[in-house]
Amino acid sequence: MPVTITIPTALRQYAGGQSEIEVEARTAGEALDSLTSKHADLRRHLFNEQNRLRNFVNVYVNDEDIRHAEGADTPLKEGDTVMIVPSIAGGAMTEDKVALEQSDTSASLPTLSHEEIARYSRHLIMPEVGMEGQRKLKAASVLMIGTGGLGAPLGMYLAAAGVGRLGVVDFDVVDESNLQRQIVHGTKDVGRLKIESARDRLSDINPHIKIETHNTRLTSENALELFHDYDIIVDGTDNFPTRYLVNDACVLTGKPNVYGSIFRFEGQASVFWAKRGACYRCLYPEPPPPGLVPSCAEGGVLGVLPGIVGAIQANETIKLILGGGDPLINRLLLFDAWRMRFRELKLRKDPACPVCGERPIIKELIDYEEFCGLKQQPVAEQFSEGERMQEITASALKRLVDDGADVQIVDVREPHEYDIARIPNTKLIPLGQIVNRISEIDPSRETVVHCKGGVRSARAIEAMKRAGYQGRLINLKGGITAWSDEVDPSVPKY
Amino acid sequence: MISISQHHLDEISRHGEQEYPHECCGLLLGSFADDGRKRVAEFLPISNAREESARHNRSLILPEEYARAERYARTRHLEIVGNYHSHPDHTAVPSQFDLEHAWPTWSYVIVSVREGHAADLRSWQMQDDRSRFNEEEILKGF
Repeated sequence: MPVTITIPTALRQYAGGQSEIEVEARTAGEALDSLTSKHADLRRHLFNEQNRLRNFVNVYVNDEDIRHAEGADTPLKEGDTVMIVPSIAGGAMTEDKVALEQSDTSASLPTLSHEEIARYSRHLIMPEVGMEGQRKLKAASVLMIGTGGLGAPLGMYLAAAGVGRLGVVDFDVVDESNLQRQIVHGTKDVGRLKIESARDRLSDINPHIKIETHNTRLTSENALELFHDYDIIVDGTDNFPTRYLVNDACVLTGKPNVYGSIFRFEGQASVFWAKRGACYRCLYPEPPPPGLVPSCAEGGVLGVLPGIVGAIQANETIKLILGGGDPLINRLLLFDAWRMRFRELKLRKDPACPVCGERPIIKELIDYEEFCGLKQQPVAEQFSEGERMQEITASALKRLVDDGADVQIVDVREPHEYDIARIPNTKLIPLGQIVNRISEIDPSRETVVHCKGGVRSARAIEAMKRAGYQGRLINLKGGITAWSDEVDPSVPKY
Repeated sequence: MISISQHHLDEISRHGEQEYPHECCGLLLGSFADDGRKRVAEFLPISNAREESARHNRSLILPEEYARAERYARTRHLEIVGNYHSHPDHTAVPSQFDLEHAWPTWSYVIVSVREGHAADLRSWQMQDDRSRFNEEEILKGF
């Protein structure tokens, strides 16, 4: 539709001397593209080398800054006026728009000691950070949920950057299997509380900052109170109940939620800040059915992946504090480490969002385990009385085998897991193939099914029963992990 | 080339002295002649929107203020032809920061204020390829 673009005097010579130009466009971005295709010389003054609008160029549709609307996607109606508005000697423009409320007057910002000035010199010499930015970092407080794969690089970079107060929430202890990716912890820390191990490492990186440890699981009871005390919340959790809890608590307390998630080779990152854009529920109103998306413990994760995604979260957190650059608000970054590809999806605030929409129905924190369907009965109890799933413990199975009972053991894990550890004399049929290869299992013999921890094998048994398998099926409780614990410690745990 | 009356030049210098040790800034309103020459008819002092600590070395005119100035200029049949700012205890030469944030065509008048007293005042225009500023002649009074 026809719209009018007004050109500031400084740019008129590149627009044939005209102060107003009419173009056909449906969005603000299209209008600028159409303008600069007609007047190519304008482009370098409006856009930088990365093809982004220069940070001192502001675009208004009628009276509204498109940064407050939908950016380049801001829709246009017939007769709208698109105004190119210069901010002069800018750079601070986005700062004023996005900056956190905490840093409104620099008079209240803490000063830097000579030691701190020396430490942060690579920041201080960049005008985007400078003394003011570094003092904002010092004044800022960030709460990290989790000190695992994502929390490790995140915490280390935020500490190194000089974020004045860092809160860490975790209840777990360091396990050997964490060290492949959770680089904030070391071999000497195995068995220690993660928060204590992280605190030692972070204060070694930067003794000028304050680290607050919260040895607790984040719950609906403590989240609001905890969040209240911090400027920014960073979600480094690995499960859906906590992710929804963090999101809702951030919306209710008005805090930005710097989100990251990882699985196998793929990662996601975004900034969910309901005041300025979409929240996690606008993107995913409902959690996936339980079991559909496996956790990292089941599906694995490339160790360096949380390093990359956690560093992106640190980057976004620092930008929110500085109030500069283009934050990941309303943008979902998708990263594929195997293909080495970044993609970006645009997000929109959902007016019908149950927590941040126009008529929110969630006004306080709920039971997130229940919301995510995790309070259902365990798989074994889902069977009716007559067909209750039978279970056997690892030591009982060992006795059966030793007594020479006629029992066949089916391993439903993946071949690469079988390569790591196996129970002797088992038949490997991965879960995904179990129904197609059902004829390979003799229904006249008793069959024990096992996997790593007992969840996949229970699912295999269900699938086989649905497929009409008539023989007796028994689930190995605790899987091969229990076998290693109870029967044969020489079988490695993974 | 830009022509500014001695009175306006004095006022700009005075604004720089008032704001010292901070930077002052403002917009120049006037008209473009066919040969590209600018004539300043009025100037508008603008409150420096930078935060306190940055005001000594950064000035900023917010888009809202620019839009207001633009509307005001139209009612007076004038146009924005440039802006001015001060460099406290520094030469009246544009910085890299000035260059990175510069607009073409406009005049960038810079007044050096040393220990609270306006010293030299010079005017600059960015080269079209954004690579540098060139000093332009100031024609005083008309």
